[in-house]
Amino acid sequence: MSKSPDREYEQLRISGLHAYYGQSHILHGIDLMVHRGELVTLLGRNGAGRSTTLKAIMNMVGRRTGSIMINGEETMQRAPHHIARLGVGYCPEHRGIFSSLSVQENLTLPPVVRSGGMSLEEIYTMFPNLYERRFSQGTKLSGGEQQMLAMARILRTGANMLLLDEITEGLAPVIVEKLGEVLIALKNKGLTIVLVEQNFHFAAPLADRHYVVEHGRIVEEISANELSAKQSVLDSYLGV
Amino acid sequence: MTMIFGVPLAVLSGQLLIGIINGAFYALLSLGLAVIFGLLKIINFAHGAMYMLGAMGTVLMFDYLGVNYWVALFLAPLLVGTLGVAIEYFLLRRIAGQDHIYSLLLTFGVALIISGVLVNWFGVSGLRYSMPDMFKGGVNLGFMFLPYYRAWVIVAALLVCFATWFIIEKTKLGSYLRAGTEDSQLMQGFGINVPLLISLTYGFGVALAAFAGVLAAPIYSVTPVMGAATLITVFAVVVIGGMGSIGGAIITGILMGVIEGLTKTFYPPASSAVIFLVMVLVLMFRPSGLFGKEA
Repeated sequence: MSKSPDREYEQLRISGLHAYYGQSHILHGIDLMVHRGELVTLLGRNGAGRSTTLKAIMNMVGRRTGSIMINGEETMQRAPHHIARLGVGYCPEHRGIFSSLSVQENLTLPPVVRSGGMSLEEIYTMFPNLYERRFSQGTKLSGGEQQMLAMARILRTGANMLLLDEITEGLAPVIVEKLGEVLIALKNKGLTIVLVEQNFHFAAPLADRHYVVEHGRIVEEISANELSAKQSVLDSYLGV
Repeated sequence: MTMIFGVPLAVLSGQLLIGIINGAFYALLSLGLAVIFGLLKIINFAHGAMYMLGAMGTVLMFDYLGVNYWVALFLAPLLVGTLGVAIEYFLLRRIAGQDHIYSLLLTFGVALIISGVLVNWFGVSGLRYSMPDMFKGGVNLGFMFLPYYRAWVIVAALLVCFATWFIIEKTKLGSYLRAGTEDSQLMQGFGINVPLLISLTYGFGVALAAFAGVLAAPIYSVTPVMGAATLITVFAVVVIGGMGSIGGAIITGILMGVIEGLTKTFYPPASSAVIFLVMVLVLMFRPSGLFGKEA
């Protein structure tokens, strides 16, 4: 049974967010909002500022101004480890699998931040490959397995909002399909997901809404049922 | 008398013993440097001063407060570790992420201040620390005389090295340290209090140096400048072993002590240079160190 998004509850609201790496001004006033239980994508070209938006939510960029509310709480002054403890699970683009840790050590590294996370058994049921290779060095896994591990790692923590950065990049179609199934399962559990995705065909059937990011701004918001009507607009933004 | 390569066995084994003991100190000190470098990415030039503080602290706590050796063995590392946490929190944290040269200069400055203040109070002539009674004397092994205290130093250093290795490689806390060494920002993004972990790691690293200092107090000359000379050799050991390798730091430390001891037996003039010679060779043929990961 699928839970529908809770339109009353704002899990994430970003207003007027600017972010800088050293001298470069990357985000130029991002405004977006995500309801509890929604799956929202950030679409756009490479370098548009989608990954930086996720990093900025985690307070992992150099300097930020504006406002980021998580569960109604202002987080601009919070350190990254405090933000994670608000129930945010971040899966970076580079996956961040630790080579000095075994698969199981990687899996159990992030501390539990909320109750209601998946148990190790549930995770191994969802990702049987990881169970088979649980004593291998984390980076000895294939690219697809490493991506599974990076996802699985934040499911154990009980985080109820996942920030996923390019999880399908460079993976074989069969793995991408598996990741799609995982995302549907997580959505059905009521998790909120913000997905930065290059592969529009992967994201389109999963998402409730799409934001199009260009030059560090949100230039378009498209809900799932407007998608066919606005396809040509989207194509022009994404350059496909 | 038994001779080996023209050297009496008793002399050879005596030098070997000294080598192993020096090596045990190198291992403890380079282990602390490696732990600190791993997570903080700084080269801790204050390490020699922390070693000296452990030894001076042991002597002074005994002279002024009557604190005995066994209490000092715990208390001195605890106090120096606390000082380390304070140094990290109030000083090193301010320059985190800057070029290596800043932390190098800062820790070097801290070391100069600490030893300068102590020189001002106590001068540079050695302070005397009497051996705990239970360690007086030794045992004749037939081929050599083994003083009890020297045996204890080797056992204690190896135990602490092994415990440190075990904590880092085999425990949950250690997995935080290993992961933090690779990507501390992501660790913090998972909800781990990395700033606290960094403070405690620095404190732990310098506490290891202080522990070495306590062990050294009864057998080495205890002066405010004892750390500076030792540190140079320890840096060479760390370069040979490869920065950031825990097991490598331990093994290289002991190995270099032994090589130094053997050189002292067979060709004494080279004994103070041999470690640096090894360092040059390692840098030429394996620049990332014997146990270092290829960059």
